[in-house]
Amino acid sequence: MSKQHVVVIFPHPDDESFGASGTISKFRDDGVPVTYLCGTLGEMGRNMGNPVFANRETLSSFRKKELAEAARQLDIKVEYLGYRDKTLEFEPVDEMADHLKERIESLNATTVITHYPGYAVHPDHDALGKAVVEAVRRIDENYRPDVWMHAISNNHEVDLGEPQIVHNVEPYWDRKLAAIKAHLSQADGMMSLIQSQDQQAEQLERLKTERFYQYKFD
Amino acid sequence: MEAIIQDKVQDKINDLANKEVYVHLETTNGAYASHFDEEAYNVGAFIRNAQVNYQHGKIVSTGGSYRVGLKLDLGWVYAEGLTDFEIDEKDRLLMAGHDREGRLMVALEISETPFSHEADPDE
Repeated sequence: MSKQHVVVIFPHPDDESFGASGTISKFRDDGVPVTYLCGTLGEMGRNMGNPVFANRETLSSFRKKELAEAARQLDIKVEYLGYRDKTLEFEPVDEMADHLKERIESLNATTVITHYPGYAVHPDHDALGKAVVEAVRRIDENYRPDVWMHAISNNHEVDLGEPQIVHNVEPYWDRKLAAIKAHLSQADGMMSLIQSQDQQAEQLERLKTERFYQYKFD
Repeated sequence: MEAIIQDKVQDKINDLANKEVYVHLETTNGAYASHFDEEAYNVGAFIRNAQVNYQHGKIVSTGGSYRVGLKLDLGWVYAEGLTDFEIDEKDRLLMAGHDREGRLMVALEISETPFSHEADPDE
C-alpha cells in the first residue's frame, strides 16, 4: 500500500475538483499520496468571477491561488506542467508524451488519472489525455502505472459502455464541494451552467459518482 | 474592471495610436457550449500579441455595449460587445464584454509591451 502514488493529470485548475476530488479523498483517507500535475494555469477561462473580479491578464494568478486552496482542502501536492490554456491540442504529441513520461516516472506513479481522449468535451482535456496515454505506453510494461480515464461527453456511454471503475463519492461530498468552492472564479459559473441546463438533476448526480475507464494497453 | 467610460477609453485609444502596440483579441462562447446545449456551436478565436500600428481608433456606443475599431494602414482590428475596461498597472488598455453571469464573451487589449506568453512561474 505504502508504495502507491496516484498522479492526476488534467489541464486546468479545477478539473481535479469537479472530476476526481471524491476519488482523491478516498485515496488520501487510505494514506495514498496524490499529486496533481496541472497542465495550464487556466489563463483563458471564461468565468471571471461573479461579480467579475478578474481580467484576462490577472485570471491566471487567481486560478493559481484557488488551486492552492483546493489542494489544501484535498491534502494533495500540485505541480504545473507549464502549458498554455486552449493550446494543448496544437502542441506536438511526441514532445508532450516525453515530458509527461519523465514526470510520471520521477513520481513513481502507480495510478494515473486523466481524461478519456475523444470523450472529454474540452479540446485541452482530449489533447492532454491523449498525450498521457502515449506517455504511459512508452514506459516499460513492468513499470507502467494503471491509467484511469474520465469521460464526460454526452455520448460516451453509447460508444464505450459502462466504465470499469465507479466510485460513489457521497461520503466525500463535503470535501468535494469545498474543493470546488475553493475555485472562486470558476465555481459559480460552472455550477450555474449545470443548474441552467435541462438535465440538471442528472448532471448534479453525475458529480456524486466518479467513473473511470481503465485503459488497456495491447 | 469597471463599466466602460467612453471618454476615458477614447483618450487611451488616442494615446496608443501611431505606436508599435501589441493586441490581444478574443471572442468565445466557451468550450462547453455544445456540451450543455446540443443546438449550440462552439465558436471562438483569439490572437495574442499581434503587433500592429494603428492610424486611429474609435469607441462607439450602442445602448449597453460598445464597439471598438482600430484602423491599420492595410486593415482593421474590431471588437463588438465590450462592456468593461481597465487601464492596468502596466498602463495597458484592457477591455472585455461579459454576460450576466460574469463570463467573458469578448476581449480586446492594447499594450505597448508584449502580453505574457508562457505561464508565468513567478506569479
